[in-house]
Amino acid sequence: MSQPGVTMEFKMHPELPPPAMTVGVVGWFRQNLFSSLANTILTLVAVYMLYITLVPLIQWAFIDSNWAGTSRDDCTGGGACWVFIVKRLDQFIYGFYPEAERWRVQLSFALLAALCVPLFVKRLPKKVWLGAFLLFVYPVLAFFLLYGGPFGLQVIATDQWGGLMLTLVLSSVGMVASLPIGILLALGRRSTMPIVRTFCVAFIELWRGVPLITVLFMSSVMLPLFFPEGVTLDKLVRALIGITLFESAYMAEVVRGGLQAIPKGQYEAAKALGLNFWKSMALIVMPQALKLVIPGIVNTFIALFKDTTLVIIIGLFDILGAVEAAIKDPSWLGYAIEGYVFAALVFWIFCYGMSRYSQALERKLSTGHTQ
Amino acid sequence: MSEKPLSAPSETKTSLLNNPTFRSVTFQVVMVLAVVAFFVYIANNTLNNMAQRGISTGFGFLDQKAGFGILMSLIEYDADHTYGRTFFVGLLNTLLVSFLGIVVATILGFIIGVARLSANWLIARIAAAYIEIFRNIPLLLQILFWYFAVLSALPSPRQSLSIFGVGYLNVRGLYLPAPVPEPGMLAVGVGFVLGLVAAVFVTRWAHKRQERTGQQFPVFYTGVGLIIGLPLLVFAATGFPLGWDMPVLKGFNFRGGLPVIPELVALVLALSIYTAAFIAEIVRAGILAVSHGQTEAARALGLRPNLTLRLVVIPQAMRVIIPPLTSQYLNLAKNSSLATAVGYPDLVAVWSGTTLNQTGQAVEIILMTMAVYLTISLLISAFMNWYNNRKALVER
Repeated sequence: MSQPGVTMEFKMHPELPPPAMTVGVVGWFRQNLFSSLANTILTLVAVYMLYITLVPLIQWAFIDSNWAGTSRDDCTGGGACWVFIVKRLDQFIYGFYPEAERWRVQLSFALLAALCVPLFVKRLPKKVWLGAFLLFVYPVLAFFLLYGGPFGLQVIATDQWGGLMLTLVLSSVGMVASLPIGILLALGRRSTMPIVRTFCVAFIELWRGVPLITVLFMSSVMLPLFFPEGVTLDKLVRALIGITLFESAYMAEVVRGGLQAIPKGQYEAAKALGLNFWKSMALIVMPQALKLVIPGIVNTFIALFKDTTLVIIIGLFDILGAVEAAIKDPSWLGYAIEGYVFAALVFWIFCYGMSRYSQALERKLSTGHTQ
Repeated sequence: MSEKPLSAPSETKTSLLNNPTFRSVTFQVVMVLAVVAFFVYIANNTLNNMAQRGISTGFGFLDQKAGFGILMSLIEYDADHTYGRTFFVGLLNTLLVSFLGIVVATILGFIIGVARLSANWLIARIAAAYIEIFRNIPLLLQILFWYFAVLSALPSPRQSLSIFGVGYLNVRGLYLPAPVPEPGMLAVGVGFVLGLVAAVFVTRWAHKRQERTGQQFPVFYTGVGLIIGLPLLVFAATGFPLGWDMPVLKGFNFRGGLPVIPELVALVLALSIYTAAFIAEIVRAGILAVSHGQTEAARALGLRPNLTLRLVVIPQAMRVIIPPLTSQYLNLAKNSSLATAVGYPDLVAVWSGTTLNQTGQAVEIILMTMAVYLTISLLISAFMNWYNNRKALVER
């Protein structure tokens, strides 16, 4: 149709802007919050619920709260009385540990932190040795620091231990002891020797089937009867025995899951290389199996950390016990919520931190075939 | 072919120490001996210690008079009853709190698990925050919080919070109207049982008919109609034989109705809120485990969305959800033993607490308590194995 001789210049039509309703902030809101009538109603209800809960909460915890002062008379804001927490912080952290000796607790915490930080550094040479030191030498060192004895350190009996320090001692000893026992039990459960297998199954199912509280009751009232006359066990040690027995059974089941996921070819290849049982486990199977079950192991550690609170029922004062004792103090009556919120925050930080670390570790160690 | 036969490998001389069978048998014999010796040693020590402290042994104390009262009991109980009866009072209280906790936690957990996957950003975030907050705080702390910080801050009976005018919540507990069955109620129960039996038969018949002819039958609605409709019909026909005993404020407290002690309220709240966070994660994982291809294939076959959900997604998700869900139920039942911290009279508080302190027979009492929990957990795992075998994928 075009006439000869006339050249037409074709020009692109200028691009239309993207439809305002589907991109950008507006688009995001439409897609994620107001995509349908039902969704809009849900969003509005949720916003309202957040408004009626979060606003008073922030008002209580921050705006109307009091932070500085020495007694309950300083709590005039009508909100949270954080003065109570600040005043009692030492007791929450150290329990009844004598004030003059608290540097020992601080030193052992600082040592732990100093040893742990390099573990996060990538490509640090000799990391394995550091880990081994942390696992095998540090506990001994920390024990002598905390309990005393050699080097003229005053002996601090365990009934003076308490607060966050006791929680950390209980949970770290529980973790360090339950992992190896759990691995042995898991191997025993998959053993070809029928008697070994039966014993391991019975042990695991017995402890997994009862609540921790009955295990703790058992360790506090039955265990003393088991020992010959004259032998008395420290209350803390008895609690530790109970916690370790209980958690190692859970650990065993987690590790067994990992062992079952390793293909038979790996076991056979290790045998074909001429490795004996323990070598093939330590060098071939376990490294793969444990890597697979990192989330499970960390979940068990988190459960253990939370479970240490139960020791208050047999009369040990961990951080929750210290808070419980503080809120019953007549000069600070009526600040139960502040106490519980503080304890909850401490536990939450530890547990959430552990779960995030395990996710990072899982990502780092995956040699994987997952997309 | 007159070569001499190859010598069997067994003829080569190996040291007995390197013989696997010999080693394994020796090892196991040593292990049995060690375990037996360990138990004999412990039993010996225990008997010696008990004799020394003058603790009697045996289960004779079960018939003695208990002499202490219990805050709440589902069966008739007072201080004149025996220790044997306190055991059952505690056991029933444990079962009650576990049952209530399981029901509430399941409902809450499924709602939050689905909300976690919601297309609505805000709802999904709120559900995620709920999960991260409540599963990272120790259960004991939550129980103490609800009991000492929230429930003890409630108003006195005179200023009770009213729940729609039928229930009342105050510092002494929760007061609900109590149903009072009148004579015709038995017929309603019979109607319910009949409806249940009929529903089972209809389901079987419909299944067989579908196998034979391919025709479907609205089993679900018929079932609901039979199980709920039939008792309702009987209920109406017998002239609504059910009265309600309302709680009434008299003097300083409520009388009548169904009083629920605050210990139970705190415990059920904490147990179900805590466990719901775990159940929500299980539900989410279960739904995500059904691959998208399954939904697409169902749509390609022409199934409507609700049928896709009912016939394709839910059955496959349930296969992933049920095993960890049962173990959460088990955890909840075991965690209910934390009741002792707030003084709810469950098995551990009544039996391993008060009774143990009064009789001093630690070994018998702790072993009985452990045996109860062990039985519950073995029963639940037996059920789980049965279910897994029934529902496991049949691969060809």
